[in-house]
Amino acid sequence: MSSNVITVSVGQTDAKPWVDELHQWLATVDHKRLGILYIVSALMFLLIGGVEALIIRIQLMHSHNNFVSPEVFNRMFTMHGTTMIFFVAMPVLFGFANYLVPLMIGARDMAFPRLNAFSFWLSFLGALLLYFSFLGGSGLYGAGNAPDVGWWSYAPLGARAFSPGHSSDYWTLSLLVSGFGSIGTAINIIATILCLRCPGMKLNRMPLFAWLNLVMAGMVLIAITPLSAAQIMLLIDRYLGGHFFDTQAGGSAVLWMHFFWIFGHPEVYVLIIPCFAFMSEIIPVFSRKPIFGYPVMVAATVCIAFVSMSVWAHHMFTIGMNSYANSFFTLTTMAVGVPTGIKLFNWIGTMWGGRIQFKTPMLFSIGFLFQFLIAGLTGIMMAASPFDWQLSLSYFVVAHFHYVIVGGILFALFAAFYYWYPKMTGRMLSESLGKWHFWLFLIGFHLTFDVMHVPGILGMPRRIYTYEPSRGWDTLNFIISVGAFIQALAILVFIANLIVSYFKGNKAGNDPWDAWTLEWSISSPPAPYNFATVPTVASRRPLWDEKHPEDPDSRYE
Amino acid sequence: MARNSGVKNGRKEMSARRTKSVLSRCWQIVLLPLWSTSALWAVGTDGTPNNGTNIFSPASTPAKSIADLSIFVLVITGIIFVVVFALLFYSVVKFRMRAIDAGREPAQVYGSTQIELAWTIIPTLIVVVLFLATARVIHAVQDAPEPSDAVEVTVIGHQYWWEFRYPKLGIVTANELHIPVSNPSHPTPTFVQLLSADTDHSFWVPELAGKTDLIPNHPNRMWVDPQRTGVFLGQCAQYCGTQHAKMLLRISVDGPEDFASWVRSQQKPGVEDAGAIAGRRVFERNACMNCHAVAGTPADGRFGPDLTHLMSRTTLAAGAAENTHDNLRLWIQNPSVIKPSSLMPSMKLSDADLDAVVSYMETLH
Amino acid sequence: MSAETTSFPNTVPAWDLPSRGKIAMAGLIVAESAIFTIFVVAYLFYLGKSITGPTPREVLETPIFYTICLLSSSLTIHLAAKFLARGIAFAFLAFWLLTIALGGLFFYGTAQEWHRLIYEHGLTISTNLFGTTYYSLVGLHGFHVTAGLIMLTIVAVFGLGGRVGVEQSGHIEVLSMYWHFVDAVWVVVFTVVYVLGR
Repeated sequence: MSSNVITVSVGQTDAKPWVDELHQWLATVDHKRLGILYIVSALMFLLIGGVEALIIRIQLMHSHNNFVSPEVFNRMFTMHGTTMIFFVAMPVLFGFANYLVPLMIGARDMAFPRLNAFSFWLSFLGALLLYFSFLGGSGLYGAGNAPDVGWWSYAPLGARAFSPGHSSDYWTLSLLVSGFGSIGTAINIIATILCLRCPGMKLNRMPLFAWLNLVMAGMVLIAITPLSAAQIMLLIDRYLGGHFFDTQAGGSAVLWMHFFWIFGHPEVYVLIIPCFAFMSEIIPVFSRKPIFGYPVMVAATVCIAFVSMSVWAHHMFTIGMNSYANSFFTLTTMAVGVPTGIKLFNWIGTMWGGRIQFKTPMLFSIGFLFQFLIAGLTGIMMAASPFDWQLSLSYFVVAHFHYVIVGGILFALFAAFYYWYPKMTGRMLSESLGKWHFWLFLIGFHLTFDVMHVPGILGMPRRIYTYEPSRGWDTLNFIISVGAFIQALAILVFIANLIVSYFKGNKAGNDPWDAWTLEWSISSPPAPYNFATVPTVASRRPLWDEKHPEDPDSRYE
Repeated sequence: MARNSGVKNGRKEMSARRTKSVLSRCWQIVLLPLWSTSALWAVGTDGTPNNGTNIFSPASTPAKSIADLSIFVLVITGIIFVVVFALLFYSVVKFRMRAIDAGREPAQVYGSTQIELAWTIIPTLIVVVLFLATARVIHAVQDAPEPSDAVEVTVIGHQYWWEFRYPKLGIVTANELHIPVSNPSHPTPTFVQLLSADTDHSFWVPELAGKTDLIPNHPNRMWVDPQRTGVFLGQCAQYCGTQHAKMLLRISVDGPEDFASWVRSQQKPGVEDAGAIAGRRVFERNACMNCHAVAGTPADGRFGPDLTHLMSRTTLAAGAAENTHDNLRLWIQNPSVIKPSSLMPSMKLSDADLDAVVSYMETLH
Repeated sequence: MSAETTSFPNTVPAWDLPSRGKIAMAGLIVAESAIFTIFVVAYLFYLGKSITGPTPREVLETPIFYTICLLSSSLTIHLAAKFLARGIAFAFLAFWLLTIALGGLFFYGTAQEWHRLIYEHGLTISTNLFGTTYYSLVGLHGFHVTAGLIMLTIVAVFGLGGRVGVEQSGHIEVLSMYWHFVDAVWVVVFTVVYVLGR
């Protein structure tokens, strides 16, 4: 034991007036509080985006339905997509990164706490701006309200001529604002990881969670900015008479597509890589083995980051690029599947020979592995561009990306919630409610998204507010909608679990899962300063070394 | 473990190519339920059964090449799924924690270079095979040369209808396309140029070809050579605005005589029926002709569909309604009832004018 | 209520990590480079595609003098930072103010050029594709010059009040990284607009 052991009591403070408590939350620069703010606001928008999805599914339950008008339907799918990507997925992942990265690297906060707060509030402001469009979007008569241009706002649909009024400007501005917030957070994550690691934590001793968030942050810097640039160009077109995407003046609608997807494809890797980070921490702990192939996992992730910058036009296979361009993007898209598959195999390799505990985080992790495998394979199918000429813009691709985002990202997020909620609140989430949540959600998810591939194969395009009865899509859509409601029920169980366990959950203690990274060495929840003494580490699993002094990792690394 | 299954994978992948036709037949049996759900055979007004919109019921060479490639890709990804799922399932079952394990940690294995190499090299080889198979189809479909006697159609996408022009035949029509059937031994394909008058659209008739977008200021080209007659269905696949869902496509593939007679009747100017003079006056005086054209009359507006042979079409408003007397009357009276946010305004005609115009429209065969 | 101890076996020797200010500025520069890249791509893509209106060849005059001003300001800021690191406040301040002057001259040059283009040649952002892409790209750069000048001026005010010493050397280096970036972007913009584009 080192000589500088400090025992600190995290004592009870006097109950503060609620105004003070509120002020502390609003003015906080503490990475843990900001992390929770990100996560809670993301959960709020998850519920709102989920309601939008349910509205879509009710309308599509049978052909020629009249639940909502076409105008409302088009706003619903635009808002659902924009909300879920920008105001649910990105914030919740930034929230977990914010909370956990300093803890895992033995730091007391992020590199720039005030920038951290500023970035969160920018992101939240962006979300509010988007939703304000419901109230303030009325421009010309009949042309106001929430944006209805799809979450890509393709040119020239987003131009003044086809989107009069201000509704699509709310889309543009909200994403610009929150985009700057994302860049601030990314800079913060990079600076924190590169500059604030505790002594002994060389880059190849960092938890994979830190590595993968570093890669994600680097991608954010070069992926979000093309969208910001394109949106500035769109605003110039709409308000200053510019012609960037004005086809009447010789401009190119395809240029918008290129700019959008140069953002859009790396963006989905920005979303999935932190989920890979969750899996790389959770699966080892519940398999009771270290991650299989740590250096390969890092290399594969860096490889994915680079290759993913070269695949964007696989979203554009139908726009009429020449055969050489189509072949190139087919090749790169298939190629990015190789490092991705390697990671999947490494997680299975981690489980292999282990002693797997089926606690709720592990249930969701296994679900992730199964579903991510399928999602990756349907991605390979669409990488074959001729196959994509049929599947693109249909419900097959909607099924594919929901498989990734719900079956992959959301399952990994649920695992992360069950795993780290004890650290953040000091209480365990209920295992029995967790199992209800898992099974209900699994059933609903598969009912909806397995079946959803079929209407795509049967010719059902996306973004249609209704369909003809003679197409034969009725029964399938009905089943899909039923599954959506089952998922909604499961989410309610989850929210109930979050709330009930906060008050009644079992006390967690420092290390309820017998895990090995630094965040489990301090109290739950941690003190505001995290570590009384900055730790020094000698291996990738400092707590393993402490618990097993006869067989420390440092001997093998 | 992982490495053995990798070698099995490689061997299976070789035999997959040899037995592709057998597997392909198996898949067709598997996909039979899909076909039967899709083929709700409605009968068109001319008695020809309609086809469905199933990408695995190809009737034309591009669609067929795509379907064949897709089966190949499905087989390979299916094998990958089975192998990896088996590994996952096995590890979940075999390596679960049992009561006797409590308090003991398993062997702490950090990795294995050979296994990593194996599961890097094998997927890379699979990617190479898939890419080569795919590249061949890309070139075959996209770079197919156009024979000199191909039928040429120019499709112009509008919010929310399709304009069809046959430049070599002097025909202009809308929403329902007629093309000749193609005999595989002596093909007569139809080559289509795709343009847009406003936003992006996408031309998708699944049983004839993959979809290709219509983008303003970016002409595209595609081709079909349907090998059976009938009516093929499709619709716009790129979100183009409020009524994107109601931009349907009907492609009638006709035998050679039927196609020739259709062409002849479309080339004629609008029928001049003396009994419909009143309706024609209403049409010309109420600014209808600003948007619509009737060949052989002063009406030559191009913003809306050409009406010269309106009665030769089975539907109205790009498939939003059957072409019946009542629907036609309702459509002219108030388009928003059938297709809200359609760009055709209601001209607020009196009942008498409305009936007259409808009678005139009904003479336009 | 909970004891916190942190000690792990095998301590390691001296631990030297990069400065967070420099890493953060490097991150910002990467992000901004991506934004500029998109505008440059749009400019290059639309060269020769304007349907109407003046072409680059007809209206652009190469701003050699103002470019020299801006690029020399990189040298002066570099010298200013070096002097500050050595604690020579007077020299730091002199070169710092010179940097601001040179940057200000460049800004004036851009303004003058835009005035000429708008009033003599009728080229605005809405005239044609060239106008749109030119004003956007040069304007984006000019915006970054302006932001930089504001930050430099704030430092100058503190410097004139005697509050910038060797302890602020790290911050000054970070700020000068930004200014070098602005200059580097100008090299690219200059090449694309005035050399390649004509």
